[in-house]
Amino acid sequence: MVSAHWSEIATRQQYLPTGALLVEAFKTCMFDTLSENLGSIFDRLRGRGALSEKDVDAALGEIRTALLEADVALPVVRAFIDIVRPRAIGAEVLKSVTPGQQVIKIVNDALIEMLGQAAPLSFDAVPPVAIMMVGLQGSGKTTSTGKLSKWLAEKDKRKVLMASLDTQRPAAMQQLAVLGQQIGVETLPIIGGQAPVDIAKRALQAGKLGGFDVVMLDTAGRTNADEALMAEMVAIEKAASPKEILLVADSLTGQEAVTIAAQFAERVSLSGIVLTRADGDGRGGAALSIRHVTNVPIKFLGVGEGVDKLEIFDPSRVANRILGMGDVVGLVEKAAETMDAEKAEKIAARMKKGQFTLEDLAEQLKQMQRMGGMSGVLGMLPGMGKLKKQTAGLQMDDRALIQQAAIVSSMTQAEKDNPKILNASRKRRIAAGAGTSVQEINKLIKMHRQMADMMKKFGKGGMKGLAGMMGGMGGGMPGGLMGGGMPSADQLPDFNKLTGGSGSTPPTPDFLKGMGIPPKKK
Amino acid sequence: MSGFFSRLRAGLTRSSRALGDGISAAFGGGKLSLERLGELEDVLISADLGVSVANEICQALRDNRELKNMDDIGLREALAVEIAKQLQPVQQQLSLPTAKPVVILMAGVNGAGKTTTIGKLAKRYMADGKTVMLAACDTFRAAASEQLQVWGARANVPVVAGAPGADASGLAFQALERAKAENVDILIIDTAGRLQSNETLMAELEKITRVIGKLDATAPHASLLVLDATTGQNAIQQAEAFLRAAKITGLIMTKLDGTARGGCLVPIARKLALPIHFIGVGEQAEDLQEFDATNFARALTGLEGE
Ligand SMILES: Nc1nc2c(ncn2[C@@H]2O[C@H](COP(=O)(O)OP(=O)(O)OP(=O)(O)O)[C@@H](O)[C@H]2O)c(=O)[nH]1
Ligand SMILES: [Mg+2]
Repeated sequence: MVSAHWSEIATRQQYLPTGALLVEAFKTCMFDTLSENLGSIFDRLRGRGALSEKDVDAALGEIRTALLEADVALPVVRAFIDIVRPRAIGAEVLKSVTPGQQVIKIVNDALIEMLGQAAPLSFDAVPPVAIMMVGLQGSGKTTSTGKLSKWLAEKDKRKVLMASLDTQRPAAMQQLAVLGQQIGVETLPIIGGQAPVDIAKRALQAGKLGGFDVVMLDTAGRTNADEALMAEMVAIEKAASPKEILLVADSLTGQEAVTIAAQFAERVSLSGIVLTRADGDGRGGAALSIRHVTNVPIKFLGVGEGVDKLEIFDPSRVANRILGMGDVVGLVEKAAETMDAEKAEKIAARMKKGQFTLEDLAEQLKQMQRMGGMSGVLGMLPGMGKLKKQTAGLQMDDRALIQQAAIVSSMTQAEKDNPKILNASRKRRIAAGAGTSVQEINKLIKMHRQMADMMKKFGKGGMKGLAGMMGGMGGGMPGGLMGGGMPSADQLPDFNKLTGGSGSTPPTPDFLKGMGIPPKKK
Repeated sequence: MSGFFSRLRAGLTRSSRALGDGISAAFGGGKLSLERLGELEDVLISADLGVSVANEICQALRDNRELKNMDDIGLREALAVEIAKQLQPVQQQLSLPTAKPVVILMAGVNGAGKTTTIGKLAKRYMADGKTVMLAACDTFRAAASEQLQVWGARANVPVVAGAPGADASGLAFQALERAKAENVDILIIDTAGRLQSNETLMAELEKITRVIGKLDATAPHASLLVLDATTGQNAIQQAEAFLRAAKITGLIMTKLDGTARGGCLVPIARKLALPIHFIGVGEQAEDLQEFDATNFARALTGLEGE
């Protein structure tokens, strides 16, 4: 559920000022093509009660396109629409939301439902329990084998043996061996010339003798069109009787995901799915396709190249991406990763007291830089795909961040503590030191003052003050950056209202101005 | 016709059967209605052409009066002609300049088929009587270097490799120095797979091109993006981002021996007009073919190659 999602984010927000800022910004600003399009369909509808069949069908046309653009396979899109249609027709439009938002909510819920929950791996067998990894060439089996083994060894304290059955790809066995060394998990010694089925048997034997809990069988990549290799996979299953057979599939797969997944499921008893490359900017509709045709749970997501980049599948996060609503949790996590925890707590503590110095501001700016600059941050926000293209050539945004941080570091401690003493000659000195103009200094001081004011409100009024602060941050962005092609504020869905969540939905004209979005018409 | 296209077809007809079936279903009655065109559009969408491109191609067909009385095969032909028309301008051989060595950089997302394709290219150029050297600049992925060395040994070409974790651009520089010193004709540089959304890694790729540019301002002479045929609409973003960071000069599409049809090439061709040089149709060294728009389009629509 979306609301659970937000509350999870909210608890992390305490320690993550910047993450909090961004999440608030996101909540206020959950724009994307879909809600934009739905907004225009339902414009006429505002405040008219229940959704009619005709309206719903028009909206579902947009949903269909959105899902197809997200690479959900056509037959699965059809099945999905069949589920959503009866739910949407006649649905009462809540007073507080637009019909478009209401439809998105229904769609989002249905997506989450259809994606299903993650399920744990089963170890309900006499050890060593075999886990077999299968999939197309290049889908990420070996990397996932390493990640999963590390997970099982470290989190579950299981004794894991990894074996590569990939006799096809050059150096595939060495790859697993190197990974094993990296993560401290044993690998089956390589014996040249052995057939995959024999390696599987040898691995299980070694697993038994060595007292291993788990034997991970990494198999060669194969296309579903290659009958010889598909038959080989079946033979391996027969020889190893794995407790789990995980299909490793690329999140970026297109329409063919249904055929591929169905043909693997036809030949072996799949028990779960690992979706790789979920850290990319793909919309990841393949998740829905694969889940739907195999009817086995998606268990893990691969979210990076590092051996720790494995996560338990989270349907709401994937649903958000499919609908083009950005990866909010990812954003917060990125903030967490790059933020110095101690500093963050200090700032958070001061924020609670309503304090916000120029140094705090500088720290926030640096934090934005660490998160990949404005483009890095924006890239994770919804609807930014389009925007990113417009800003591609513009390195301006990040330069502004760097420059503003430089301004603060050109100040004396006394000036940082009390910006009021900044007279014209001091400003000239700072401008020279930071290689910028007095005008820029004034802008920064104004931005800081706005943010400090917001912090005071935050100190008193909790999270409500936060989004306004983004207004201040927004001031740091070049005005034209966000211009053009953005939906107006009244088209922005607000999930708080939809979910009845803890309700911090501040009116934030300031922020929206900062983002170049026309303020809400009243 | 050589085994060249029959091999392509062996893979592609399998994959295009679904598409062909779709059309047969769409035009079961023989008459072409608006509704049926909508079904045709769905068929193109299923081949990963994307919603808007599928729509536009169908619009073009809709205006064609002659189609009314066409049978299933005729419609496939018309569709293939339309798709081929879009791809014809980007069907371009990889022509190499006179530089010595000619530097080819391979880039792409993880697992796309870069290293394998390098092995195939090496074999091809060796067969053409060229001298080839490979640079294992994927210093990140476990045993990536060993993988390329196996391909080097298969094609009987030297491989310049560094320690795991070594600086990729530094290694590329060394490789180019060595290739120059040894008077090699072609240097092919393998790079680590990277997602285009990872700006740090994309900057690293840019750095590789910059650093080799110091030794030869015209290098790399070709920067090839390897695309996996199973990829959906994200392929477009891949092409755009790699074009930006690595100034991609052309495309290679791999894994067309699978059931995926690689229809994403059509929107990419329309949008970016990047030349498409080769297609990969298997895991062996000889499984590389020159891209042929007509055959690709025909296979995509379930027809035999010409
Ligand atoms: N069926 C098929 N498999 C291919 C083709 N090209 C590459 N592969 C396989 O795809 C897998 C990945 O290929 P690699 O060449 O290692 O890909 P890469 O892009 O170098 O991968 P990384 O370096 O790990 O990012 C291997 O199993 C290859 O054998 C092709 O045209 N058809
Ligand atoms: Mg490689």
